[in-house]
This record gives sequence, structure tokens and C-alpha cells, in this order.
Amino acid sequence: MERLDRKLGIFSALPLGVILLVCFLAPLLVVAAFSVMPERVFDLKHIPDFSAYSVFFQQGYYKSLFWSLGMALISTVVLFLVCWPLAFGMAKVFGKFSLVLTIAVVMSLFVSENIRLFGWVLTLMKGGLFEGYLRSITGYGFDSPLYDTPIIIFGLVYVYLPFMLFPLAQGISMVPDDARQAAADLGATRWQILRQIDLPLAAPGILVGSLLSFVLAAGAVAESKILGGQSIIVIADDIESAFTFGQNWPLGAALSMVLILIIGVFAIFGVSRIDLDAIMGRKR
Amino acid sequence: MEMQPILSLKNVVKNYGDFTAVRGIDLDITEGEFFTIVGPSGSGKSTMIRMLVGMEDVSSGEIKLRNNRIDQTPANLRPTCMVFQSLALFPHMSVGQNIEFPLKLRKENPANRKQRALELLDLLRLPASYYNKRISQCSGGEKQRVALARALAFDPEILFFDEPLSALDYRLRKTLDKELKDLHDRTGKTFVYITHSLEEAMVMSDRIAIMKEGEFEQIATADEIYGKPVSRFVAEFMGEVNLFSVEGTKSEGLQGNGIEIHVNGNATELGVSLKKGEKAALMVRPEYVRFLQSTETSDFVVRGILQAEFALGSRIQYEVTISTGKTLTVEKLREDRFSGEIGSDVTLGFDTHHVHLIRGE
Repeated sequence: MERLDRKLGIFSALPLGVILLVCFLAPLLVVAAFSVMPERVFDLKHIPDFSAYSVFFQQGYYKSLFWSLGMALISTVVLFLVCWPLAFGMAKVFGKFSLVLTIAVVMSLFVSENIRLFGWVLTLMKGGLFEGYLRSITGYGFDSPLYDTPIIIFGLVYVYLPFMLFPLAQGISMVPDDARQAAADLGATRWQILRQIDLPLAAPGILVGSLLSFVLAAGAVAESKILGGQSIIVIADDIESAFTFGQNWPLGAALSMVLILIIGVFAIFGVSRIDLDAIMGRKR
Repeated sequence: MEMQPILSLKNVVKNYGDFTAVRGIDLDITEGEFFTIVGPSGSGKSTMIRMLVGMEDVSSGEIKLRNNRIDQTPANLRPTCMVFQSLALFPHMSVGQNIEFPLKLRKENPANRKQRALELLDLLRLPASYYNKRISQCSGGEKQRVALARALAFDPEILFFDEPLSALDYRLRKTLDKELKDLHDRTGKTFVYITHSLEEAMVMSDRIAIMKEGEFEQIATADEIYGKPVSRFVAEFMGEVNLFSVEGTKSEGLQGNGIEIHVNGNATELGVSLKKGEKAALMVRPEYVRFLQSTETSDFVVRGILQAEFALGSRIQYEVTISTGKTLTVEKLREDRFSGEIGSDVTLGFDTHHVHLIRGE
């Protein structure tokens, strides 16, 4: 019976396995292969020379990588701080209202990211929704906050909010109420309960949320392009340019590989630390 | 000299909107006492204990600990502690860290903390090697002891228990309630215990309060509650009981309400006399009811038909239907097993000094 179960397991995993192999692993291998090719070639029939990687260091692409990782880090921290109270409310306080909140947040995903970001541009630009009205009414205007680093981070926080909020709420709902009450009963203040009970017990949710937002933000390009007006060039921007304007596939592939490697390390480290089964509520 | 109560409640009320969960409780608990509140679910006993530890506000009334009002003090500032029904151990901490948690909050230095944790492990008869164990590695009974150790760690004035044994299996419960009694004797602390099982309460408690619909029906020792309940509710709460509705006839007499009871003795021997027409219930516990041989007699005699026999381990339980259709329960020790056949006529008897009269309907 157990053997049959295992066989059926393999068979039912087969379709998804094939899809992952063809659509996920294969392109990754192609990118990896291109990354070691000499510059400006369009096929893989060359002797690997790793020259694209040396360009990465010589031409300052590491700067855009730092911008990407730095802004991803900051936006992840901001997201955590913004989402914690909201997620706590959804998991422990709001009751039925949290469903309304969930629907509201999910609804925002129905509209394309770029359209939403352009919406912000129209709202925030000089002469836009805010500044324009303010100036026509009071006669005083202000400079647009657009095209600067903080607004890009705002964009990242805005776009990736659901990816932090929902895992966090899930994580907080895993903190047993009686453990919090017991801690209070034993003399813990609210702050001590937060630090010693809530944060450690919600850690899987925190980790998943942070990982998702960080990984997505590190690869994000629309926020810096649309809200930042390319005042900052992020790594994803460089990769795109290398493949398109640059017509330098090996360089684009090498930049991708560096990003994939860094994010891969974070992701594997993160996932190895958490019990995904516990989060998904599966019994082992 | 009357001892100053350690915990004193005056007219404590808890309302949830229109619903009153606790209706004006007055109570004094003596220092060092093992006090148990027993009641069915929905009786208000959980609300009661949550108010006592500070997890629930009182709607009105006052709670005093050693003559200081504490009803407005938040739970984390009260010098009392509760063992939860779920135990509420912290799964991300080791056994040692769990026990030390309240000490760490109080900024106790690590060496003292560890020493205290090891003392407590010893007090609860857990080996010192458990200090580094994970909570998930402990069995149900061991978790129970860790929760107790954690609750005792900061030397609380009173230890509260919210049905901590109800999640465990029957055999473990039997051992642990005796252990708890033993722990109470050894620590000399005041224990306030909540349970729905009067049986459990009887094993451990100095005094028991029976709670019903937000009020105490009776506060007394286990023996008194068992032998002299003040109401039908209390009588029926503790296991099997036979109740006859009776009514006073003359100043000295009793008459069964349509039940064939021959009162041979004088009703005043019961210690109560009923006025004419006053209603009451005559209670006799199953173990005091005898099967009478034709030559024997007793103060009360009832005839009926033996319906069923159940073996309850050391005791045998019989069901006898009497003429009114009411079923009486009789219990005998296994060695005194009754040999009558199912369906046969039997005569039951019991004596005045084994019955108790409960006034009221």
C-alpha cells in the first residue's frame, strides 16, 4: 500500500515536475550557459571565457546591484514595520473585518502594477492631483517628491505590501493566545510579550514575508523607472539594457547570474530555517 | 483567632452586555488553603478565575489580596499566577527557559535563575537533565510539571489552576491530582483550582465551592458536599444519587410524594423537621441502599424490580425500578455482590442516619 502511495505520488507530481523542468530550470541553464560565453555572441557554440563577469566589476555594475539590494532591504524593513500592526489586527483583533481588509488588499492586485504606479505619478507630479489643486487654491505649490530615492522605496512598499502582509498575518495567527496571556500573567509587559513571545513565534511568517518582499523588490524595475524616472539605475534595469540596447547577451546573463546567486543564497537560507508544513497547516 | 483571608471577594459581578456571567460573589480564601471551584461549563467558573488573575475586568465589586485591592491591577503586576488549561508553555523555549521566564522578566541574574529552575525541577520530581529539553520532547504529564514549575518560579502569593488536568487521559489525571495535593502540602501555597469534575475536586481540596449560573450554590468541605448537599443540583453533580420528593405531613412526619415509603422512624431524627406541606427531597447515596432479606428491616423500605446490573470495577451498580416508575441506583462492593436475578422483585432499605433532607422543590 505504501509502495503504491509512493508510485501514485510520483505520477501525480510528474506533470508539474515536467513544467518546472522545461519552463523554469531550462531557461535558467540557458542563462547560466550564456553568462560564460565571450562578449556579444548570440549562440552557445563558443569556448567559455567568463569575460562577461569581469565586465561586471570593471564597469561599475556593482553599483546598481547595491542600489537594488539596498532599496530592497530598506523597503523590506519598512514593510515589516508598516505591516506588523495591520497583520496583528487581522490575525487577532479585527475578526470578520479582516476579510474585508483582505479583499481590499487583493483587489489592488487586479490592476496592473505599472498602471497603479502611473496613477501615483499623476497624483504626485508637479501640477498633478495634489500639487496642482493646492497651488490653484492657495497659490503655493511644492516640488514634486517624484524622481528621488524615497519615492522609489515608497513604490516598493506600496506594490509589495500584500506579499508582506499576508504571510505576516498567517505567522501571527500561529502565536497561541494563551501563550501571550501566560506571559502577561507571569509578569511580562506588552513590549516584553512582543519581543519574547510574538516575534519568535511569528518568525516563520516574518521570514516568508521578508523573503518574498526582498526577493521581489531586489528584482523590481518599474518603481525606479516610473516613480524614480531612472534617477537610479537598478540591476534589473542594467540586465534589460544589456539584452536589448546593448545586444550583449552574455553580459545580461552574467548580471542575472550574480543577482540569482545572491537572492538564491538568501532564499535557501531562509527556507531552510522555517517549517513550511507548519505554515501551510499540513500534518506530518 | 480568625485568620486574615489572603484573598477576599466582595460582591464581584461580571456582565457581558445583557448577560451576567458572575452574579455578586462573596468569598474569603484562607492562606495555605486548597480551594476548588466546581461547576458545569457555562457556570461562570472560568470567567471567575480570569477575573481573579486579571485577564478579565470585574464589572463591579472588589477583589482584595492581603487587604489590598487588586481588581484594577493588570495581570502582569499581580503577584499571582495561573496554570492554564492548555498549559500555555512557550514552544520556542527549552524547559529551563520556560521555568526561568518569569525570573528573567524580573531581571534575576542567570546563575540564580538556573539554580531556582533546578530546584523547581527537583521539587516537581523531574530530573535535572530536563533543563535543556525541548517542550515538544516532554510527555503530557511532564509538560504539566514544567507548567507548574514555571508558575511557582517567582514565588506567587496564590497559584490559580484553570482545569489543567482536563486535557489528559484518565489514568494520568488520577496520578497528577494526587501529586498536586502533595505539591500543595509541600509548598504550603494557596491553591485556587477550577474544574468541572467534582471527583477531582474531592481528592485535592480543603474546601469546594459549587458554582451554578454565576453563583455559589454551596461552599463546604468535600465530605459535606457529598453527604449534606444544600440542593438537588449539588447532590446530582457528584455522581449517582437517589432523590425522593417528599412533603411534610404533621410536625413529625414525612410523606413520599406518591412514592411508597414507609417511615418507621421519626422524621425529626434527620435533624430537620418539615412543616406541613413543605416540600423537600430525601437523598440517599447508592452505597447506603441495601437489599433486604425477608427477615430484615430498616428505617425506610422501598419495593421494586431489579432491572440491570453493571460492573464498575471494584463496585457493582444495580438499577431498581420502583412502583412510581422511578429508577433507584444501588451500589455494592464486589465482595458483597447481590445474587438476585434480573427481573425479580426486590426490597430495598436504608436508614435514617444515611439520608439527608434537601429543602425546597
